[in-house]
Amino acid sequence: MSERPTYTPFHPRWYRPPVSTWWWLKRPSSRAFILRELSSIFVAWFVVFFLLLVAAVGRGEAAYQEFLRWATNPGSVLINLVSLLFVVFHAVTWFNLAPRAMVVHIRGKRVPGKLIAASNYGAWVVTSILVAWIILAGSR
Amino acid sequence: MRAAIAIAETNPRLRVAVVSKVYPMRSHTVSAEGGAAGVIAADDSLDEHAYDTISGGDWLCDQDAVDEFVKEAPQELLRLEHWGCPWSRTPEGRIAVRAFGGMQKKRTWFAADKTGFHMLHTLFQTSLKYTSVVRYDEWFVTKLLVDDGRVQGVVAIELMSGKIQPILAKAVILCTGGCGRVFPFTTNASIKTGDGMALAYAAGAPLKDMEFIQYHPTGLPFTGILITEAARAEGGWLLNKDGYRYLQDYNLGTPEPEPVLRSMELGPRDRLSQAFVKEVEKGRAIDGPYGAVVHLDLRHLGRQVIDAKIPFVRELCQKYQNIDPVKELIPVRPVIHYVMGGVHTDIDGATPLAGLYAAGEVACVSINGANRLGSNSLPELLVFGARAGRAAAEYASTQTDPNSSLLAQAEDERRRLERDFLHKTDGAERLATIRTEMQETMEQGAGIYRSGEGLTRAADRLRELQERFRNVAMQDSSRTFNTELTAVLELSFMLDVAESIVHCALRREESRGAHQRTDFTGRDDERFLAHSLNYRNSDGSSRVEYLPVTITRWLPGERVYGR
Amino acid sequence: MDDRITLRLARYRPEEEAEPTFEEYEVPCRKDWVVLDGLNYIKDQLDGTLSFRWSCRMGICGSCGMTVNGEPKLTCETFLTDYAPGPVRIEPLQNFPVIRDLIVEMTDFMQKLTTIKPWIVRDEERPLAEGEYRQTPDEMSEYMQYSMCINCMLCYAACPVYSLDPKFIGPAAIALAQRYNLDSRDEGSGERLDILSQHEGIWACTFVGECTEVCPKDVDPAGAIQRYKLDAALTSLKSFLLPWGAR
Repeated sequence: MSERPTYTPFHPRWYRPPVSTWWWLKRPSSRAFILRELSSIFVAWFVVFFLLLVAAVGRGEAAYQEFLRWATNPGSVLINLVSLLFVVFHAVTWFNLAPRAMVVHIRGKRVPGKLIAASNYGAWVVTSILVAWIILAGSR
Repeated sequence: MRAAIAIAETNPRLRVAVVSKVYPMRSHTVSAEGGAAGVIAADDSLDEHAYDTISGGDWLCDQDAVDEFVKEAPQELLRLEHWGCPWSRTPEGRIAVRAFGGMQKKRTWFAADKTGFHMLHTLFQTSLKYTSVVRYDEWFVTKLLVDDGRVQGVVAIELMSGKIQPILAKAVILCTGGCGRVFPFTTNASIKTGDGMALAYAAGAPLKDMEFIQYHPTGLPFTGILITEAARAEGGWLLNKDGYRYLQDYNLGTPEPEPVLRSMELGPRDRLSQAFVKEVEKGRAIDGPYGAVVHLDLRHLGRQVIDAKIPFVRELCQKYQNIDPVKELIPVRPVIHYVMGGVHTDIDGATPLAGLYAAGEVACVSINGANRLGSNSLPELLVFGARAGRAAAEYASTQTDPNSSLLAQAEDERRRLERDFLHKTDGAERLATIRTEMQETMEQGAGIYRSGEGLTRAADRLRELQERFRNVAMQDSSRTFNTELTAVLELSFMLDVAESIVHCALRREESRGAHQRTDFTGRDDERFLAHSLNYRNSDGSSRVEYLPVTITRWLPGERVYGR
Repeated sequence: MDDRITLRLARYRPEEEAEPTFEEYEVPCRKDWVVLDGLNYIKDQLDGTLSFRWSCRMGICGSCGMTVNGEPKLTCETFLTDYAPGPVRIEPLQNFPVIRDLIVEMTDFMQKLTTIKPWIVRDEERPLAEGEYRQTPDEMSEYMQYSMCINCMLCYAACPVYSLDPKFIGPAAIALAQRYNLDSRDEGSGERLDILSQHEGIWACTFVGECTEVCPKDVDPAGAIQRYKLDAALTSLKSFLLPWGAR
């Protein structure tokens, strides 16, 4: 049933391997890549979650309490926990890659990549502490 | 590539076809490591470069050609700088130069230790700018088309489709490089099979000085990977099995801790290779799995110097031999590196056959004489590539279109290839066996030291191999990328070139530069201050004639090193 | 010392078959033998019809890239002993059409290479009489890494974006564009940006990073592309904020 391949001496017939839908399962590095691409959905989810929060606050105390009740049910907590893991994964891979895109010169000398990554992480930690402080101080 | 750019710049209306059996960036220039000589230092002069070249070549260089060469070399290297070649720099941002074997002054430009790589990629990438340059990548040339006494094109196989077709041209420039693969141990890539030399020879152009084959003293055994001279210029030592710097026994100076120009490890390549053979004879070499070796010692330089100055050497040793030169001795032996001879050309790259030009290792101008100095071959391909390009462009501009009778010739060639190889069903000889036997014959008969007896025996063996070649078996009849077909054609080229080497070597009854005869140990300027010209007779046999060397200013003297 | 190892080779004979098949050959497995030595042993001693490209056997000509056990590799620097006891699966580079056996078609790359203008672009050529351009070692080190590409095509074989969209200009070509952009002698970055900021240029890259992983010469094309994106973004931001300023 399969056709005999057509071939004329002066026109080579190239074989184009089909790309499987599951190509990314073949290699560990491409699995990691797809996970990373997937993490953007969870980043988006956090944005939506935050917008819902803001909307709830805007609609008054009752709506806010309603939102909190919804946010603390086990399902939502699970989703947010998974999302947090993905977002951390996203952030860590991003910071590790950052030095490759950012080349900074200070007084004509190229700043080493590790320093750039470290300062990114540093900024992350500082921001996190700052946010934590605002929240904790506010709750007291 | 340099010639193609020169044509495009000389006459933009000419259409240039670059026909190559590999993609241009695969060409073997890519492997050159050390550097390219051109006078720029304030304490240096063109005359000194010329003198080093001529004395290094044992007075077999044509001195008018050397004069032109040393004059144009810095210009060409500078032009390459303007095209983007990343030459290594001084802290102030000027071109840096390093010392090199056989050169009295520092004049070798380098791009770390990948000089050839950077030169080739710069040339290739720059050539993309010229729309008149059309590439025929992976087309294998099988024949030069000659009619009316002029070369008017080639027949080539498009490897991808197997189509055999003529490419007509008003002029043809051969830039196919050397023929190291006729020997078993060589730094040359698998593509260096002397194609251009054999094509020109078959078309009636003479080959010149083919007996002069340069061994590089430091190659890795088995792979033939080259450990650049820069490793010795930076202070590497050659040691025998007793850990002794044996070169001091061969009139090459006295050992100093720091490298001294033109002395010891920085002596010329032929002397170093010859010293190796003597060490082996004295039983002072080290026995390795692939025969005798000596050791190259870089350990005293330390990791920092090695990584800063010769990182590629370390990379090669680790990646391909599993040795770390920071901690271990490197086993090395002389390996075939370069052929001084080639297609006979004048100073403009023109061969005696009208319409045929040659430049680079395939050609013999001759500036390399009996022994090429390290870092002269890269500027040679620039200087004479450009000259051949300009000369061919001017010649082509005056020519009429190629004759149509060439198409019949091309048709004959197509039938020959099909009959003798593609459609061949009989044949009993294995291709690889003939090739291996040819390589062994060349090593035994035409190696570092030669004798009349050994050369005669080699000539007989090669004749016999030519006969057996007719009976070679072909397994592959496919049209698509038939690499067995290219291998068999390359073998036929190599057999012709090998015969030419042996014939020229047999008739040169003297020792000069890279050609050392045990039965004629002295240089004989009376009889042999001349180039050998090897012609093919119409009946297929060969004859050798002699052409006097052009001497302008420097009379032949003694080659002195280490004093 | 003289162990043996089995090579499972992808064969494709366009005149006879519609798609590739596998064939097995047994070759010596010596300590200093690379995959390419095994292939040459097969071609010389066992089967003369096997087709593959090779030349320098020292990792600089870029001819011998193939897929070894699923990973793109230069076969001249891939030791057989690392895969003992075998078998080793050898296929042509992925993401390219296969011409025959282990040989792929790469005209596409050669054409893309020309479009990014990989040569020094100057408004005015510098006369030879004025000598060399001054370029300090620091200025050189800016682009040196990106000039080390040997066009071996491993990065294209590893790039999922190229496999899904063959119009993508691809890692090696973009890294080469960046090599010229960062060269202090060059004035062509504007022209190149116009070409590379198109859809199939830098923005098609999703920063998989595989190109950099497989590169045998540490060129880091992924880094080059990301740097390019940053530069491109800054350039367009500047021209938005300062529309009257010269680019």
